[in-house]
Amino acid sequence: MIRTGVGKDPLLRRPFSIHQTTSQGQIQIYFKVVGRGTEILAHVKKGENLSVFGPLGRGFRIAESAPACLVGGGLGIAPMLFLAKKISQIKKDCSQDLIILGGRTRSEVEPLMKDFEQLDIRIATATDDGSYGQRGFVTDVFTGHSLPVDCSVYCCGPEPMMAKISALSKERHFPCQVSVESVMACGMGACLGCSKPTKSGAYAHVCLDGPVFDAEDMVWNL
Amino acid sequence: MEFIKETNPIPDLRVKIGSLSLDNPVMTASGTFGYAREFERLMNLHRLGAIIVKGISLHPRHGNPPPRIVETACGMLNAIGLQNVGVERFIKDKMGFLGNLNVPIIVNILGDSLDEYREITERLGDSPAVAAIEVNISCPNVKKGGVAFGTDPAMAAAVTQAVKEKSPVPVIVKLSPNVTDIAAIARAVEDAGADAVSLINTLIGMAINLKTRRPELANVVGGLSGPAIKPVALRMVYQVARAVNIPVIGIGGIETAEDALEFMLAGATAVQIGTANFINPRASEEVVEGITEYVLQENLPSVRDLIGALRVD
Ligand SMILES: Cc1cc2nc3c(=O)[nH]c(=O)nc-3n(C[C@H](O)[C@H](O)[C@H](O)COP(=O)(O)OP(=O)(O)OC[C@H]3O[C@@H](n4cnc5c(N)ncnc54)[C@H](O)[C@@H]3O)c2cc1C
Ligand SMILES: Cc1cc2nc3c(=O)[nH]c(=O)nc-3n(C[C@H](O)[C@H](O)[C@H](O)COP(=O)(O)O)c2cc1C
Ligand code: FES
Repeated sequence: MIRTGVGKDPLLRRPFSIHQTTSQGQIQIYFKVVGRGTEILAHVKKGENLSVFGPLGRGFRIAESAPACLVGGGLGIAPMLFLAKKISQIKKDCSQDLIILGGRTRSEVEPLMKDFEQLDIRIATATDDGSYGQRGFVTDVFTGHSLPVDCSVYCCGPEPMMAKISALSKERHFPCQVSVESVMACGMGACLGCSKPTKSGAYAHVCLDGPVFDAEDMVWNL
Repeated sequence: MEFIKETNPIPDLRVKIGSLSLDNPVMTASGTFGYAREFERLMNLHRLGAIIVKGISLHPRHGNPPPRIVETACGMLNAIGLQNVGVERFIKDKMGFLGNLNVPIIVNILGDSLDEYREITERLGDSPAVAAIEVNISCPNVKKGGVAFGTDPAMAAAVTQAVKEKSPVPVIVKLSPNVTDIAAIARAVEDAGADAVSLINTLIGMAINLKTRRPELANVVGGLSGPAIKPVALRMVYQVARAVNIPVIGIGGIETAEDALEFMLAGATAVQIGTANFINPRASEEVVEGITEYVLQENLPSVRDLIGALRVD
């Protein structure tokens, strides 16, 4: 959770994923300007102080012995880098793993490719307009690949995409984890504002129980 | 007699809410501090005057569908829908931790009928760790067509009386600001036996998304909180403090010690920190530190000298 200003407006912190970390103890976020908070954040100068509160919540749990398939769509590509690096560090063999990245157009995907390409994991890309990689959706790439039967799926992106990947994973009996979004006020379980409906009927709280959930527990409101 | 020079004086910050003595006038506002455990590793809970926990009902409530919150200018709207674990699980799962803290625990309660308020008070009455009860009367009365208890002096008095009859500890009635004459409600609950009043709860508001042409909250309307409501809250505390003789607890947009001290000048005996906890988890502790510093700097015999000390010509 990051405070984008010091005054009373914007008031609340904004939630962001960790894009990557460095051995010097830096954390990097990758974000898109969508409103006031991110606009202010985009103009922060080098050396300025920012109030950061975190890391918070539960991230992806890596199945060390299973082949991995990472699916990132749009801004959902950002947190996939941190996960991909983690996977390539802790797993001895990544030869069966696959990273699928997609967006609407070239500019959503290409700038992030350099970092992913440094890892020893296969990458497949797609854009809606065909300006980068295969034309189509990440879901098309997902169905187009013959993934190992014991594959574990890790997914972050727009909800319709995650719903589709969840359904496709279920068909093939792949365990699938999704990283979901919600508006947040506190980021620590105090306000109960970040609720998401789950199959159990109760609400889960994205900041505390998530943002990563088992796909089969989620109810998609599309 | 030997003259002892105090090198590090501890200022007198004690205040009283009915028979309950607090080390200092700073509490956390219900619904903004979880069940306190969430903040355990982020601040020193023992620095607080009291802790008020999330509103508890007789039965568990799932709350409203999302989106439940939206930011507005200098504030936020929430429609959490009073989600809570219910009184049984509260006592079983949460009270142990709270009871071990050396800070008075005030339990905020809500209900949709007088019987429910009565029953929940009875259940809490057996718990020695409950130092006081705060009654949220901003909830709809189902038997009266869903009109909020807190909008009618007679209904507000009835709830107060119902809780008072069953409660072995002081009863604080939390007033709704969504009324024409808050002083009249305050007088009604005072007459019904309330030991103190706290105000304000959130102001009902709404936000609209022009792009989708939909309300921002699934519940359409929600409660406004944060710095945006502070001027309204100050005015209401000022009015109520002049209308009643019981202690008044000020709530609304308090982020700093300066904000809190303004509420005390307006007539508040104590204050609650709400939305500010979300932005800075240490906000309430920092308010205590700031008040301590102010009392020392101004050489006041006690913080109580500030209560209602507003100069109005
Ligand atoms: C767990 C989590 C991780 C996130 N990680 C990233 C990240 O790595 N990079 C990134 O760019 N963004 C990320 N987001 C989204 C980011 O938090 C929002 O874009 C940001 O809060 C918008 O703030 P703002 O003040 O600019 O926009 P506002 O002025 O608050 O809103 C502007 C517009 O953005 C929309 N919006 C606001 N909040 C969100 C949200 N949480 N999700 C989707 N749309 C939203 C609003 O509906 C509105 O239309 C993440 C969100 C969550 C919950
Ligand atoms: C997310 C949220 C949840 C709240 N839940 C409760 C509640 O359960 N019971 C209650 O009496 N007040 C509740 N309140 C109201 C606060 O206790 C407080 O009266 C109000 O927010 C004004 O103070 P503030 O501006 O400092 O936040 C809630 C407020 C917020 C923002
Ligand atoms: S953001 Fe407050 S509980 Fe999740």
